[in-house]
Amino acid sequence: MENNNSKERYIALEKDFIYRFQDNTLFLSRSLLLPQTIWFTKKIPKELKSFKVKNIILNLDELQDIDSAGVMALFHLKDKLRKSGISARIEGGSQSILEKIELFSPGQLPYHETPLKPGFLERTGNAVSHFFTDFVFGFITLAADVFYWSVSDIFRSRSRRKGEIANQAVLIGVNASLIVIFLSFVIGLVIALQSSGQLRTFGANIYIVDLTVIAMMSQMGPLITAILVAGRSGSSIAAEIATMKVTAELNALKTMGLNPIRFVVVPKLYACLITMPFLIIFANVSGILGGGVAAYIYLDITPEIFINRMGTVMQNKDLITGFVKSQVYASLIVLTGSFFGFRVVRGAEGVGKVTTTAVVVAISLVILADSILGLLFY
Amino acid sequence: MSKEKVIEVKGLGASYDELVVLSDVNFSAYKGDITVVLGASGSGKSTVLNHLLGLYPVNKGFVSILGKDISNITEKEQLSLYLQMGVFYQSGALLNSMTVGENVALPLKQHSNLPDSLVEEIVYMKLGLVNMQHAYHYFPSELSGGMLKRAALARAIVMDPPLLFCDEPGAGLDPISLASLDELIINLQKKLGISVLMVTHEVTSIMRIADRIVYLENGVVAFEGSLKNALESNVESVKHFFSVIDEADRFK
Repeated sequence: MENNNSKERYIALEKDFIYRFQDNTLFLSRSLLLPQTIWFTKKIPKELKSFKVKNIILNLDELQDIDSAGVMALFHLKDKLRKSGISARIEGGSQSILEKIELFSPGQLPYHETPLKPGFLERTGNAVSHFFTDFVFGFITLAADVFYWSVSDIFRSRSRRKGEIANQAVLIGVNASLIVIFLSFVIGLVIALQSSGQLRTFGANIYIVDLTVIAMMSQMGPLITAILVAGRSGSSIAAEIATMKVTAELNALKTMGLNPIRFVVVPKLYACLITMPFLIIFANVSGILGGGVAAYIYLDITPEIFINRMGTVMQNKDLITGFVKSQVYASLIVLTGSFFGFRVVRGAEGVGKVTTTAVVVAISLVILADSILGLLFY
Repeated sequence: MSKEKVIEVKGLGASYDELVVLSDVNFSAYKGDITVVLGASGSGKSTVLNHLLGLYPVNKGFVSILGKDISNITEKEQLSLYLQMGVFYQSGALLNSMTVGENVALPLKQHSNLPDSLVEEIVYMKLGLVNMQHAYHYFPSELSGGMLKRAALARAIVMDPPLLFCDEPGAGLDPISLASLDELIINLQKKLGISVLMVTHEVTSIMRIADRIVYLENGVVAFEGSLKNALESNVESVKHFFSVIDEADRFK
């Protein structure tokens, strides 16, 4: 076997790039830079193993240049050969090559041990515990803080930021009014339109008024408004607070002795609590108007008949229900937006994530609250 | 024999709308040198750097990087030039959605077909050069300012670029970390022959590492020459800049 190895053999790395192998020694030549490293790691170990020798010397005397990838490829090769039972050592090389090997030598790398993956039960347990400790408890704590500051702020009007509530009311409420009015009108129209065929079959045309008014006042009006506000303002609240946290503005507020909840969240809550009932009224009126238009076109119910019938259908209870719902939804939207905004981690990417989560959770909570309140006020 | 120029800037001008930031900038950086660009805030240092990096188009004048005229360059040529440049941003500019290891591996994975295990070893080694191996699995948001900078330097040198740009690398670092960062840059320069162009204000750092100084003032180069010449310069602003060292000596 040894005699076999005294004869010259060649390994072609790529075209015009050939390494010589003689007397158990691989003579590396020209340069071992990133482009050559790719071929080097693919071909050399395979070829050397095929030579069936136990000891190999990697001679660098003819090597002219090497970079960090090349150095690592050399050590990688040694390691690979060792695993196949072949011992390899490096020898020779110019001063500059040796300096680079020293600089890029991997040494004893403290390899990070991949932690054991937790099992299904452990993961489920962790998720449940995380949900209650982080989310539920955190949300309740924030709600308590916001409640405390929003109540105590009523009596400290002097230190309140001038014009901030009006500013937020415009952003959250006034700017949302057109879209709320338009969509409620369309939904009122569609509800009446879809029902008209069925009602006509039974000759119960007049009940289109009852249907539209009850549907809009007790369910659809508040719900559509809340979903739109959650999408529009819930996301903007989360993004604003998250950005403030990422850019250390919240820390700046704290170190100036200002409470971020009082300074940032409370004005938004006031604004939302104030504007939400109006938005719901707009939604109810335009939804009923939409129903009225459909009733007139498809069931020949004139506006006079519609209005007269409305008077008998409408109840004070619906107004109160709408108001209570507006306050619950407003609180849920602002709290959810703020909660996720404060939870942001990892910069720009985190802001996007918490914004999405805030909207999804706010809409889910609104629908959940709607069902609970629907049962309570049934 | 004169050294090879790695950066050559001739008559570079730039303005933001009406505001003229650079009027006529001329300087060169040479192979194997650490060239430091200095100047007061608003003197146009960042604008010069952004032009050199190809982030701002060269509308007036001539800029050549590693022998390539970047005022007249195709997208493909610019890309191949980027592979020969490492850039070390002041903030680190690591991608927050990736771990430190993934950040450093990114250029290697995107621009080579090396097996993953080898890429991982190279990344570990490069992180070892900046004493950051322990942070391989950390996210940038979990690192301190100094650690972020070291990780960013590891990413900048992962492709062994012949030319390294550093934008205020010392900003926010403690003197010991700054000294070790300087030492590392000198090491890379001496052992790998990397040429470095650095924008910095750290006088101690400049004294340690600079071979050449380019002093910008009101959009033109007020001084260009070796560190020794800069220390003896009669240009008022340069004298004033380096007088800080004399003032510090007085307290000793």
